[in-house]
Amino acid sequence: MFRLVTTIPRSMRLALVVPLLTFFLAGCGVNNIPTYEQNAKAKWSDVLNQYQRRSDLVPNLVETVKGFATQERTVLEAVTEARAKATSIHVDANTITDPAAFKQFQAAQAQLSGALGRLLAVREAYPELKSSQNFLTLQSQLEGTENRIAVARHDYIEAVRVYNTELTTFPGRIWASFLYKSNKPMEEFTVDDAVKVAPQVKF
Amino acid sequence: MIMRRVVLTAFAFLCLVCAASAQTLTFPALSGRVVDEAGLLRPSDRAALTETLADLEAKTTDQLVVVTLKSLQGKTIEDYGYQLGRAWGIGQKDKNNGILLIVAPNEHAVRIEVGYGLEGEITDAVSSFIIQNSILPRFKLNDFPGGIKRGTDDIVQALTGGANAYKSAAQEPSPAAIDTSGNQPAWPIIIVVLGGILLVIFCALRGGGFCQVLFQIVLSVAFSGGRGSSGGGGGSSFSGGGGSFGGGGSSGSW
Repeated sequence: MFRLVTTIPRSMRLALVVPLLTFFLAGCGVNNIPTYEQNAKAKWSDVLNQYQRRSDLVPNLVETVKGFATQERTVLEAVTEARAKATSIHVDANTITDPAAFKQFQAAQAQLSGALGRLLAVREAYPELKSSQNFLTLQSQLEGTENRIAVARHDYIEAVRVYNTELTTFPGRIWASFLYKSNKPMEEFTVDDAVKVAPQVKF
Repeated sequence: MIMRRVVLTAFAFLCLVCAASAQTLTFPALSGRVVDEAGLLRPSDRAALTETLADLEAKTTDQLVVVTLKSLQGKTIEDYGYQLGRAWGIGQKDKNNGILLIVAPNEHAVRIEVGYGLEGEITDAVSSFIIQNSILPRFKLNDFPGGIKRGTDDIVQALTGGANAYKSAAQEPSPAAIDTSGNQPAWPIIIVVLGGILLVIFCALRGGGFCQVLFQIVLSVAFSGGRGSSGGGGGSSFSGGGGSFGGGGSSGSW
């Protein structure tokens, strides 16, 4: 057996060993960390997408409400301000491994959620606003977006849980210690914000 | 002896608590295109709806499923809906073109849950419009079969070319940017066809082994493709195509 192996030329032996080694290493989860990392990052961009979508809806919503409820100046200004603040924060793929930046992003979005909730509550005082088809359309879009945000956040939290677990448990921990030293655990949304995030809109 | 029994009981209790806390959402079985767990529909309604829904899938590959639920298990209908859609895998896997019409009579909640791939056609505004104008007025009069039927018909209509009519009814601008599926650029096809023609001319003039192998490949692909496409479809059993959901759609209550 050994003879047989030695008769194979050196270059060919290498050609056999390399794929075999790769196969075994893949079986031991050497690729798990980068795979989970990419997945979590994709989920994060979903989250950002949905927040962006909400942000895009706000000016239209503010304009529509303004048409019916001019005296609600403070509420309208609070929404515009919160949106401006939320969009001014620079967010990218690195935000998820930076606790401070993540917290800042989360706080700004929570503030916008709160302001939007108060804006929607205004409709009870204005029957014409409540029955305006334009407002109903915007409201359904906002509700849908809030719901998508909730789903995207849920998926992101799940992806991060898997990634962080792989990073801190055996055998992922070993791979992390000498192959992926720069990989940091990612931030999760805190529950208390999740409660605040969805303004209850009920007819 | 008594001690042992106490320990055993305590252990059993602990296991029960663990099992209870580990319990997640349970979903009804996907028994067909109409899953009437709450028993709102007559058999004739179910048969008619199933036919409408099967027709829709045959025409567009969109999978629409009507489901009535006894309980939302303490969740909101939004939270339950997308998880049900994902668990069942409604919609084709590569298109995510599934829709659920969910009715939870005990919670007085109805929802149109739209898969990722149909969010451009059945927008939140369109689904809200259908719920407010077609479904809820009938549900308020306890006409559940009527509301479900009308809602289903509206969704089907919106999916089979009526999307823009519904968008304008919901006063939603329907920018051309949304509908990109219709006007794909034609140049990749032109290049492939031109390349094919050039190859045929080249082979006709030169011949040779390379061309023989090539034509064998082309022929075998053509034949296997023809055989493959005849499979699938038909049959009365129904299953999800593996589509996914991201929380699109709209809800209402009465």
